Amino acid sequence: MAYTKRHDGRKFDETREITAKVGVIKNADGSAYFKIGSTEAYAAVYGPRELYPSFLKDPSRGVIRCYYNMLPFSGMGERVRPGPSRRSKEISYVTEKALQPVINLEDFPNTVVDVYIELTETDAGSRCAGICAAAMALADAGIPMRDIVTAVSAGKVGKNILIDLDYSEEAIDDEPVADMPVAMLPRTKEVVLLQMDGQLSEKELADALVMVQKAIDKIANIQREALKAKFADGDRNVIGE
Amino acid sequence: MSDVEVQQATEVAPVEIKRIVVPGEVLAEGMDYLPGEGTFRDNNQIIANALGLMIIRGRLVKLIPLSGKYMPKRDDIVIGMVTDITSKGWIVDINCAYHAMITLRDATAEFIPKEADLSKYFNIGEYVLARIVKVTSQKLIDLSLRGPRLMKLTGGRLFEINPTKVPRVIGKKASMITMIKEKTACNVFVGQNGLIWLNGNEPKGEVLAVNAILKIERESHLSGLTEEIEKFLDEGLKNL
Amino acid sequence: MVIEMSLVNKSFKEHLNKTLGKDIRYDMRKKDAFRDIKVELGVATKAEGSCRVTMGNTVVIAGTKLSIEKPYPDRPEEGSFSVNTELLPLSSPDFESGPPSIDAIEISRVADRTLREGRAVDFKKLLITSGEKAWTIFIDVVSINDDGNLLDASELAALGALLDTKFPKVDKNGIIDYKTPGEKRLEVDSMPVLVTVCKQGSNLFVDPLRAEEEFIEGRLSIGFLDDGTICALQKGGDAPLTTEEIKAMCALAAPKAVELRKLFNKGDKGATKKKR
Repeated sequence: MAYTKRHDGRKFDETREITAKVGVIKNADGSAYFKIGSTEAYAAVYGPRELYPSFLKDPSRGVIRCYYNMLPFSGMGERVRPGPSRRSKEISYVTEKALQPVINLEDFPNTVVDVYIELTETDAGSRCAGICAAAMALADAGIPMRDIVTAVSAGKVGKNILIDLDYSEEAIDDEPVADMPVAMLPRTKEVVLLQMDGQLSEKELADALVMVQKAIDKIANIQREALKAKFADGDRNVIGE
Repeated sequence: MSDVEVQQATEVAPVEIKRIVVPGEVLAEGMDYLPGEGTFRDNNQIIANALGLMIIRGRLVKLIPLSGKYMPKRDDIVIGMVTDITSKGWIVDINCAYHAMITLRDATAEFIPKEADLSKYFNIGEYVLARIVKVTSQKLIDLSLRGPRLMKLTGGRLFEINPTKVPRVIGKKASMITMIKEKTACNVFVGQNGLIWLNGNEPKGEVLAVNAILKIERESHLSGLTEEIEKFLDEGLKNL
Repeated sequence: MVIEMSLVNKSFKEHLNKTLGKDIRYDMRKKDAFRDIKVELGVATKAEGSCRVTMGNTVVIAGTKLSIEKPYPDRPEEGSFSVNTELLPLSSPDFESGPPSIDAIEISRVADRTLREGRAVDFKKLLITSGEKAWTIFIDVVSINDDGNLLDASELAALGALLDTKFPKVDKNGIIDYKTPGEKRLEVDSMPVLVTVCKQGSNLFVDPLRAEEEFIEGRLSIGFLDDGTICALQKGGDAPLTTEEIKAMCALAAPKAVELRKLFNKGDKGATKKKR
C-alpha cells in the first residue's frame, strides 16, 4: 500500500510538535530540554573546565566533548544496556563535529567544554533532538558562539519526500525508506551534520534539503524563543549594567 | 567643538537600545555601526556572538553576557579554596577553568621561614579572600593575600552565583550589598568569581541574605531591582 | 557522595552545626522537614512504567523495562526485578562518565533491598510457565539533577515506576510486542518507602541538600512498610552510631515514610501531588 498519507495526519513538510526549554538542570553551567513528538532529549553543559587527562589539552583553545546516550528505558523495545555502544559513540562524534564550527574557545586555552545529551524517550530523530538541545545548552552556558545549531531529519517513504520521520515511518518495510538527519547553522544555512540511511536520487536529495531549510527556520525560532523566555518576566523592563 | 563634530553628534543620537539576544542574531545593519564586545561583523551585519543583553549606544553595538564561567582578571578580588600545598605555596580553586597559586611571598605580610609547615598558614579545604595579581596568556594565575580586607574566611557559609551577576549583587557604589548586610546583620564578602561568603549571628538572617542574593541573580537583568530587593528583605524580616 | 574528608572545611561545618542546633537548615527548613516533593507517573512513554521525582532541586527519573527470561533454577516458580542506578554526569559536575561509581551501586542496592524485602512485587505473580518463562523487571533510575538525597529520591522513583508499570502484549509465539501497550497492570502489593536520616554532631535531620551532605558524619537509611515495619537498613558515613541514635533516627524517619507514601495517594495515572 503506497504511503500517500502520514499515519499521524501530518503534512509531508510538517514536523511533530516541539517543546523547548532552557535552564532545566540547575547544577549545569547551561542546560536545555528539547522534545519533538515523543523523542525527548536533555542536554547539560559543564565548562569551560580543567581537562584531564592532560595530553588532551590544546594550549591554543578549549576543546568540546560530546556524550550522546540513550537511557535504558528510553526505547520502544528491549532495555538499552547502559554504557557506550558503537552507535552512541558515533553519534557523539558527529554531534561534536556539528557543534564545533559555531563555538569559539580561543579565550579558554587548555580547557574542555563537556556536553552531555541524555535521551529519556526516543521515537526516531534522537540525534537531531540531541543537537538542538545541546546547542541551546551551550548558549545558555554563555559559551561564545556565532550561531545556534538546529537539526532535523528528512527522508523518503515510498515516492514521497517528508520531514521528521517518526519510528513507525522509519520502520515501514514494504516500501523504500530513506532517513537523512541534517544539522544546519540557521543564519547562513551551512550544513554541519549530514548522514543518510537508504537510497535517494540526486533530485530527491535536493528536494529534501529544500524541505529541511524550511523546517530548520521554524525549529531555530523555537530554540531562540526558549532561550529568551528564560529572561522574560512580565512587564519589568530589561536594564543595562 | 567644530561644526562638523556637532553635526555628527546629532546625526547618530546617543539613544540606548537594550534587549535580550541569542547567538547568531542580527543586531544591526549597515556600516554606521561598530561591533563591540560580544559581537562580530559579517559583511553588512553585526551579529551576536553569545546569549546576552545587547546595548546599542550611539554607533557602538555591544553584548553583556548573562551567563558563563568566571574569566580571571588582574586586581579582581576572588574567593577560593585551598586544594593542595606545594613547596612554592598553595594551589587554590577559584571556581573557574583554571586553578590559581598563592606564592610564599604573597601569602602574608610576615616572613615565612623555609622549613615552615605551610598548612599552619592555610590548610587544605580552607577558603581565602584574595586578590589576583597576575594572569598570563595561558591563564596561570597568581593570588595575593597582602592587602586590606584580604584574609582567610572562617566560620559562616559559602555559596555560588553566576559571576556575570556579581556587579548587580554589589550594586552602584556597593549600595545593594550594603543594604543586604545592614538589614540582615550579616557579614558578606562577594568574590568577582561568583563565590559568596557570609556569616551572621542569626541563622534566619543568613538564609534571608542568601535568598535575597539568589533573587538578584535571577532578576539581574530587570529594572527596579533595588526596590524589589528592599521589599523582599523587609517582608522577610517581618516573618523572622 | 563520597566526600574527600580532607576537603571539608571544619569551620564551615561548626557553623552549620550551630545553625542546626537552632533547628534551622541552610534553606530555612526544620530538621525533620523534607523539601517540596513532586511525583509524576508516566513521564517516559517508551518505558513500561516511569516516574519522575522532584525533591527541591533534586530530580531523578525511573523507568521499567520488562523482558521474558528463564527463571533461576532454584526458583522455578518466580520472576524477578533488579534496580540499577546511573548517576549521570549530566546531573552534577562531580559525576564522571564510565562504569557505575560505588555511590551509584550503593543506591541501586539499597533501593533494590527496600523494594525486595518490602515485598513490593510478588515474584510468583511474574511467572508465565513454570521453570521456563517468567517476567523480569529492570528498574533503571537516573539522576537528572543532584541537589542531595539521591537515596530517598531514587527509591521513591523506583517504587513509582513499578506502580505505573503495565505488561506489554505477548504474541502467540511468546515474543513481546512492545509496540502494543498492554492493559494488564503490574500488581504492587506493598509500598516500601526509604527515609535517610543524617547525623552531624548531635543533630539528626532528613532530606539533606547537596551542600549539607558535604558535612554529614553518618547516615542511616531506613525502609518502612505501610504498617511501620522496617524492611531495609543501610548505615553510611564514617561516624559510628549509638543504639540511642539509631532509635532516635527510626523515630524521626517513621512519620516521614508515611508522608512520602501519601504522595502516591491519588493512585493511578499521573499521580502528581505536592506536599510540604
